[in-house]
Amino acid sequence: MTAPARTTSTATRRPRRSGVRSGEAASGWLFITPVIVLLGLFLVLPVVMAAWVSLSDWTGRGSPFSDDVSFVGGQNYSDLLFGGGLATQDFGTALRNNAWYVVLVVPIQTALSLFLAVMVNRKILRGSSFFRTAFYFPSVTSSVAITVLFLFLFSATGAVNKALSALSVNGPNWFADPRGVVHLGLGAVGVDQAPSALAGSGFLGISAWQWLAGPSVAMCVLILMAVFTTSGTFMLLFLAALQHISDEVDEAALMDGTSNWQRFRYVTLPMLRPTLFTVMTLGLIGTWQVFDQIYTGTQGGPAKTTVTPAYLSYTASFQSQQWGRGAAIAFILFAIIVVMTILQRQAIRGRGGDAT
Amino acid sequence: MTATPIHEPAAEPAPVDDDTSSSQPRRPQTWRSRLRGGRAGTSALVYAVLLVLAIMYIYPFLIQVATSFKTDPEAVSNPLALVPQVWSTAAYERLFLRSDFPIWFRNSVVVTLCVTAGRVFFCSLAGYALARLRFPGRGFVFAALVAVMAVPGVVLLIPRFLVVKQLGIYDTFAGMIIPLLADAAGVFIMKNYFESIPRSVEEAARIDGASTFRIYRSVVLPMARPALITLVILSFQGSWNELAHFIVSAESAELVTLTKGVAQLASGQLGQGSQFPLKLAAAVIMTIPVAVLFFVFQRRIMNSTAGAVKE
Repeated sequence: MTAPARTTSTATRRPRRSGVRSGEAASGWLFITPVIVLLGLFLVLPVVMAAWVSLSDWTGRGSPFSDDVSFVGGQNYSDLLFGGGLATQDFGTALRNNAWYVVLVVPIQTALSLFLAVMVNRKILRGSSFFRTAFYFPSVTSSVAITVLFLFLFSATGAVNKALSALSVNGPNWFADPRGVVHLGLGAVGVDQAPSALAGSGFLGISAWQWLAGPSVAMCVLILMAVFTTSGTFMLLFLAALQHISDEVDEAALMDGTSNWQRFRYVTLPMLRPTLFTVMTLGLIGTWQVFDQIYTGTQGGPAKTTVTPAYLSYTASFQSQQWGRGAAIAFILFAIIVVMTILQRQAIRGRGGDAT
Repeated sequence: MTATPIHEPAAEPAPVDDDTSSSQPRRPQTWRSRLRGGRAGTSALVYAVLLVLAIMYIYPFLIQVATSFKTDPEAVSNPLALVPQVWSTAAYERLFLRSDFPIWFRNSVVVTLCVTAGRVFFCSLAGYALARLRFPGRGFVFAALVAVMAVPGVVLLIPRFLVVKQLGIYDTFAGMIIPLLADAAGVFIMKNYFESIPRSVEEAARIDGASTFRIYRSVVLPMARPALITLVILSFQGSWNELAHFIVSAESAELVTLTKGVAQLASGQLGQGSQFPLKLAAAVIMTIPVAVLFFVFQRRIMNSTAGAVKE
């Protein structure tokens, strides 16, 4: 039956295969339907439902589509962004905490993973697979297990403070210390109080002085942990890219009598730009979503300095039963991630255009 | 090649430096190291830096294992030592004999196996359809998958709960497993691999009259083993380490997974005091399966992580 169809079809646009086309189309849809149904049901539909909830006053009881749930428009969003109340302050605090986290983690993890990749990629290096394994291992373990480990390492009597005391340094009680590191630094040079210019109410219910507090000591541990667990993965991305840079290019530069640093700066780095972009984008997307570590480790404490928008969205919904607000936070977070990614893409593109 | 020395200076080291050309170009290692000239000092420094870094990356895990065999007081008084003064298996005994830990472990195993099997099946089916089968709407499906991949997971936390609840599968294994079964990234891995397999193999089977599913099952899938292994690794690791979805999809004690249980243990819901050996023992055990997977498939993991995100 297929044979005659096949022969006639050789004359048409797509030879050979179009004869079985109807069967192919049916099985094509059959093959892909499970994934479409699953993703539609648990990815697209949820987003649509949450969009509705973020515009409603649903309190978690019954169905969000029942009659006693009413449409409140942008109420949940304006409460968060312009309300000035506790909701705004909490959201502002969460944004500040996460912004510091992003600002510190993304550059450090990018630089460290690039450094590790360049070091491990040296052709004369013996035992490079051992180093790769060592640097990558933290990336495969679960965030919960790593957080448990860090809770121990950085506890008041933990390994880190023990090691510090050997250097006769008194380590802080890491996870219980809410002081911002910028404030600590300013305090060391005698600035304990907010200058009057910064004391007024600033953005999102948080004064400029508070925005500039820097990550708390507790948050710094989480920053370290993020760098520790992600640098291995990103090192592999850089390694893959480095291995694609042909030896000839490198050797050509070598012949021109360049130093190691010049070769890295003017030959290797420009060729790594696409990977650099990937790593920073992935880093940006990942760091705006901190949740597991907060849930496991600090529950937002001390003094709310490790609350992140993702965690706040969870507590607003599941603990305070403010489902509309929780969903609204999730959507604002989504918007932040999208905008940041676009901005970063343009920044890198712009600079790339100038350099070349 | 020798005729165009100007265009390919790299292939023609001789005119630039006589000293290097005399060393054998067949062995780039010695050639390179000699060219860089007397770099013993630098290379020692590189080793030193790498070694210090490697210790910083590995030492925490050694401490983790060591502390899980210490007594509670020793864990606090002597946190750095890699060998306990008094070996104690109290933490492990407590976990396995007098806690819900075995249930958590069982749940994690059940969920991980189901999710991994499901993802491998569904993602490879969809990947094959996208790579090989021509059907109306394929371009749209492909674009939709790309869009779906861009939705950050944490944003789905509350929404997923809403749907799971609405479907009446909240607090069941179904609610924990089914939402994780499909993964757009997995579809792409399979699609990319299928596209690299030559079509001629399938054509032969097709001429023999095999059905599409038959071709997929007996011809294409066996050839896609490397991609399947990659997918198994990623799915296993992903679902074993998943936390957020299990928090929002179940609440009863019988459905707690390792990640959720240990996270709650860490936040002090299972008793007083710091109990570091207990918590670290739990963390050690939950690390073992992924660690074994990692060491067995080390080479492939190293390649696939790089390959999956490339381009």
